[in-house]
Amino acid sequence: MLILLGVAVIVVGFAVRLNPLLVVVAAALTSGWFAGLSPLQVIAAFGKAFNDNRFVSAAYLVLPLVGVLERAGLREQAGRVIGRLRGVSVGRLLISYMLFRQATSAVGLQPIAGHAQTIRPIVAPMAEAAAEARDGSPDIATRHAIRAMASATDNVAVFFGEDIFVAMGSVLLMVGFLTTAKIVLDPIQLSVWAIPTALAAFAIHATRLVLFDRRLARQATARGATQP
Amino acid sequence: MIRLGAVYLLAGLMFAGFALFSGLDRSNPKRWGNTAFWALVALSFLAGDRLGDLGNGVLVLGLALLAGLGFLGRSHPETTTPGERMATAERYGNRLFVPALVLPLVVALGVLVLKPVQIGGVPLMDPKQATLISLALAVVAAVATALLLLRQPPAAAVQEGRRLVDTVSWAALLPQFLAALGAVFALAGVGKEIGGLVTDYLPVDTRFAAVSVYCVGMAAFTMLMGNAFAAFPVLTGGVAIPILVGHFGGNPAVIASIGMLSGFCGTLMTPLAANFNLVPPALLEIPDRYAVIKAQIPTALLMLIVNTVLMYVLAFR
Repeated sequence: MLILLGVAVIVVGFAVRLNPLLVVVAAALTSGWFAGLSPLQVIAAFGKAFNDNRFVSAAYLVLPLVGVLERAGLREQAGRVIGRLRGVSVGRLLISYMLFRQATSAVGLQPIAGHAQTIRPIVAPMAEAAAEARDGSPDIATRHAIRAMASATDNVAVFFGEDIFVAMGSVLLMVGFLTTAKIVLDPIQLSVWAIPTALAAFAIHATRLVLFDRRLARQATARGATQP
Repeated sequence: MIRLGAVYLLAGLMFAGFALFSGLDRSNPKRWGNTAFWALVALSFLAGDRLGDLGNGVLVLGLALLAGLGFLGRSHPETTTPGERMATAERYGNRLFVPALVLPLVVALGVLVLKPVQIGGVPLMDPKQATLISLALAVVAAVATALLLLRQPPAAAVQEGRRLVDTVSWAALLPQFLAALGAVFALAGVGKEIGGLVTDYLPVDTRFAAVSVYCVGMAAFTMLMGNAFAAFPVLTGGVAIPILVGHFGGNPAVIASIGMLSGFCGTLMTPLAANFNLVPPALLEIPDRYAVIKAQIPTALLMLIVNTVLMYVLAFR
């Protein structure tokens, strides 16, 4: 029971906003200690797992590309393209992006886009430009809300698209685990049952994006009223 | 055969470049903290396999202490001004999107075409790591395209990369820290302990109650562990297989598939899924660390309800 204190350390540490890297190490030491491991054993186990998971941080290889493109004006160009289009709104732009992202993830092309290489240099500037073209220059809090919604849309699309792909890690994990429980299934049998959830996710998040557009419009009207 | 080691070499050299330019950056009062931090990351990529478990553990402690004691500062490498960027955007126009499109095209080419290629019976790339290897190849191709097509100085690749990595700062390493924490939690038996609590104390005596316990349990457990993969075996083995499949006769394919997707609802709501939820606000320069999670919570909660209903309706026909 006391090994769960490691989880408590995480919850409290994140809630009071201590530095998360320190919180994570403290949580590992806590749970390890109550599981009967010495601090040195925990540090070694943590080091081994950290080394085994380097692939997680290898994704930052895209940063130089994104930086160079920003230096040459990609974000400005993304905004210009959207500024020229009529009838584009933040919601409609993000709904189109969600459709693209969900469809490509469903055929295993989940790594072709992401927060660093797509949202920051292209989608977020486009969304901010769309808001500007429609409702005038948004204030900084609104810009932050638009960016957060852009990232959230990427996550929702990927999470509820990728499980339709039969070779996805999570699908293979399910097949492997069920096999150990003597339930033998083909990956495709699991994949098809991800489709109803995928459709529902698109409908729900798209509805939220339409409502988000209305909220932006209301806020713009309020801004206009206070600044005659 | 191209292996993961080649990707790590490239990543190690990139972080070493960040460390080097951090050290030369006199405009950043905390430049030595940044230098030390990125140098340790470079060391991990270049020599992690030779450091030993305890050596890697000490390296991790070094990273945590540098970050936790405030030794890192945001740098401001020289870059173009907004006016200059607007001017180059007008000059190059939509050509600016070409390198940005080279990246996904080469990734797709690698995953779909190059992955099965064999030369003399040896695969061109390690099939288990094809995605990451393709991403690394694509980055090299796209950066080269960008430097040539947009006439950017080669050093910009490192300096601009450093500008971005310093906006994310120590949070860039949080996903890898959390993945390692997951391994330590597994070693300590945290998952089994929580799974035991769920199966012992929650009501599973009606079909709807059992479906709800499994779906909501997957989401909640995923929030505590940071990813659905850790929650899946515990709750599927503890609730879904014995009760939903064994006792109530549900379809295991529907139950497992929608159970995992219920876990993903939890992933959308937890700061422990840092690469999805905490790194993006840093990358997008949103001051509220939890802004993306807050934007996701309504969708996640509605999807959890939808998943519970879908499982109840579809699994027991």
